Amino acid sequence: MQVLYFAWVRQKVGVSAEEVSPPPEVADVAGLVRWLSGRSPGHAAAFANAGSIRAAVNQDFAAPDHRLSPGDEVAFFPPVTGG
Amino acid sequence: MTPRVRVQEAPFDLGAESAELTAGRADVGAVASFVGLCRADDGLAALALEHYPGMTERAIAGIAAEACARWPLSGCTVVHRVGRILPGEPIVLVLTASAHRAAALESCAFLIDWLKTGAPFWKREEFADGRGERWVEAKAEDDAAAARWARAGAGSAAA
Repeated sequence: MQVLYFAWVRQKVGVSAEEVSPPPEVADVAGLVRWLSGRSPGHAAAFANAGSIRAAVNQDFAAPDHRLSPGDEVAFFPPVTGG
Repeated sequence: MTPRVRVQEAPFDLGAESAELTAGRADVGAVASFVGLCRADDGLAALALEHYPGMTERAIAGIAAEACARWPLSGCTVVHRVGRILPGEPIVLVLTASAHRAAALESCAFLIDWLKTGAPFWKREEFADGRGERWVEAKAEDDAAAARWARAGAGSAAA
């Protein structure tokens, strides 16, 4: 599973992308957030306030209960500020 | 009609984009435009715009398709810049063309309201006076501006 980070989430995690293989019990976006938070202090800092993070799965915005599959591209980022 | 969507570092030319949208057509009675510019608020030296390549184009195309479903448009252009942008420079362009003004004006406002909340861009502010940089935070009023276009019972572009 490819995980991408953008904006200050990327800065806190310390990388812009990583390949991960979460265990089978990681079934949805919220579960992935909990699992990623344990990977490093940087991950923990990035996900400390889950309410300030948005997610996309396969390049569509996704809610915390969105189900995940092994080949998914999952991205985490702050609320968008374009325009 | 296929919306023209571009994400680029280079500046854009409003006149050239507008001419391209209407070239060779005699059915366009109105072109509406929105250009967003970088303001020098609070001693800003530059904005750095980051995006999610792939998802950005996909999200804008989806928003443009929704505009085409709601209004009778003969053309639509969205250009959004990324990278480092200086105060006074343009950031985003929305153009809509239609036979009549109401469709052009309303769809243009719809597109920029939705772009601000529905496309994966992030702005970082850089300051010249030693204050460093900070990420721009999303504004509740932008969510409210986008929400005003929601229609009861209309959940999809086909509605």
